[in-house]
Amino acid sequence: MSGFDLSAILKDPASVAMLLHGIEMTFVIFAGSWLLAMTLAITLLSIRFSQFRLGEYSVAAYVSYHRNVPTLVQLMLWYFGIFTLMPNGLTSWLSAHNAETIFAIIGLGLCQAAYFSEDLRSGLRSVSPGQMEAAKALGHGYLSAMRFVILPQGVRNALPPLINHSVSLFKNSSLAIIIGAPELTHAVKEIENLSFRTFEIYLIGTVLYLFFSLLIMGAGAYLSLRADPVRRARA
Amino acid sequence: MITDIITIIKDYWLLLLIGQYPNGPLGGLANTLILSALSIALAFPISILFALARLSKWRALRWPVTALVYITRGVPLLMLVLWSYFLVPLLTGADVPSFVTMLTTLVIYQGAFLSEVVRGGIVALGHGQMEAAKALGHSYLGAMRFIILPQALYNMIPSIISTFVSTIKDTTIGYVINVPDLTFAASQVNNQLLTQPFQVFLILAIVYYAICWSLTQVADVIERRITRRRAGPSRAAVATLAPPKILSEQP
Repeated sequence: MSGFDLSAILKDPASVAMLLHGIEMTFVIFAGSWLLAMTLAITLLSIRFSQFRLGEYSVAAYVSYHRNVPTLVQLMLWYFGIFTLMPNGLTSWLSAHNAETIFAIIGLGLCQAAYFSEDLRSGLRSVSPGQMEAAKALGHGYLSAMRFVILPQGVRNALPPLINHSVSLFKNSSLAIIIGAPELTHAVKEIENLSFRTFEIYLIGTVLYLFFSLLIMGAGAYLSLRADPVRRARA
Repeated sequence: MITDIITIIKDYWLLLLIGQYPNGPLGGLANTLILSALSIALAFPISILFALARLSKWRALRWPVTALVYITRGVPLLMLVLWSYFLVPLLTGADVPSFVTMLTTLVIYQGAFLSEVVRGGIVALGHGQMEAAKALGHSYLGAMRFIILPQALYNMIPSIISTFVSTIKDTTIGYVINVPDLTFAASQVNNQLLTQPFQVFLILAIVYYAICWSLTQVADVIERRITRRRAGPSRAAVATLAPPKILSEQP
């Protein structure tokens, strides 16, 4: 093994192609599970706010399960467990359509939905009930009070934890390597096996992850600034 | 389905509990708990040092720790585990068991994470405490040791428990470097049975759930007690005090 040489990897077209494909798949998994998680989180939140006892309990159970079981175990249960229980037609269709990636999106998305819905819930709960009463006193209906008074404040309060958890979701996309999804960590391991340049390729992988995580954090900070009228006016 | 699960537990409970212990390395649930407890026990003093370094007025102390905190926040734990798997044997020159590799990673990772919690706790106390301690003749370190840290750490107990919970969840990532923990034992059981993967991984999920859920409940109870105590004798003040923030990172 020769000395430290990044260009040995960066000038090799096959390695670069693998890395780019890995980045692409990481973002497919991240974006897919983020959208799934957010949709589900809003659904869970509406069930929880609907004052329907059974619905409330089931949402609480959902959140509790997904927060107390390691994400890795959830992914394993989906891919090694539930996948095998599915009907044959579905199994073969999934196998033909990149089942690993699909299950990574489902597993991570369902898990993250629990965190997102809790973030949104505590954000909305931090808006004092007086706001709703005041809005109604000013002639707003329930929906319009929600739209113009409660949600803008609640979502603004929920932004910091939502951003943190989005970064965690991005980092957790690396867990998909366990079920064999072809994402960035998978590409890194594969290039390591081919080139034996462990130090260099790990460094590249780490820098890539760090770069994208910081990008998401930066975008989040910008978004929080835009969402806050007081700080926006001052900036 | 349920009978399958009961049969699996009857046949393999010892493997899931302690791995192949008398004939091989300790594994299973026992190893998961030992690994997480050791990680937290070692990460805790390190996190205090990191937090003091981040609050220090010397850049030479502040910057490396800040960089480390950002790296652990931005890079997946799995990537850090792969790094240790590669670097620890290289640096120590010995054949290190995967348990030690995982322990090293978790100590650094949770140390950096907890240091943010400690720092938050110290900052939340406000300047007044430090100024008062100095006015009474304490040095900086003396004030930290006797005035600031005891208060900050007491308020942090719930956060420490929730970090312990996330450490338990993080130990599952040792699976990629074959740390003989509960997840590893479950996949061994799965490899022996071959036909019942869903049942095996369901048992695994239930065990993790039971442990992490009970610890979370403990953290909640302690948190409520601390909020009450900090509020003092006047109940009305409870509403104005912000509850201590539980930072929880998920694996």
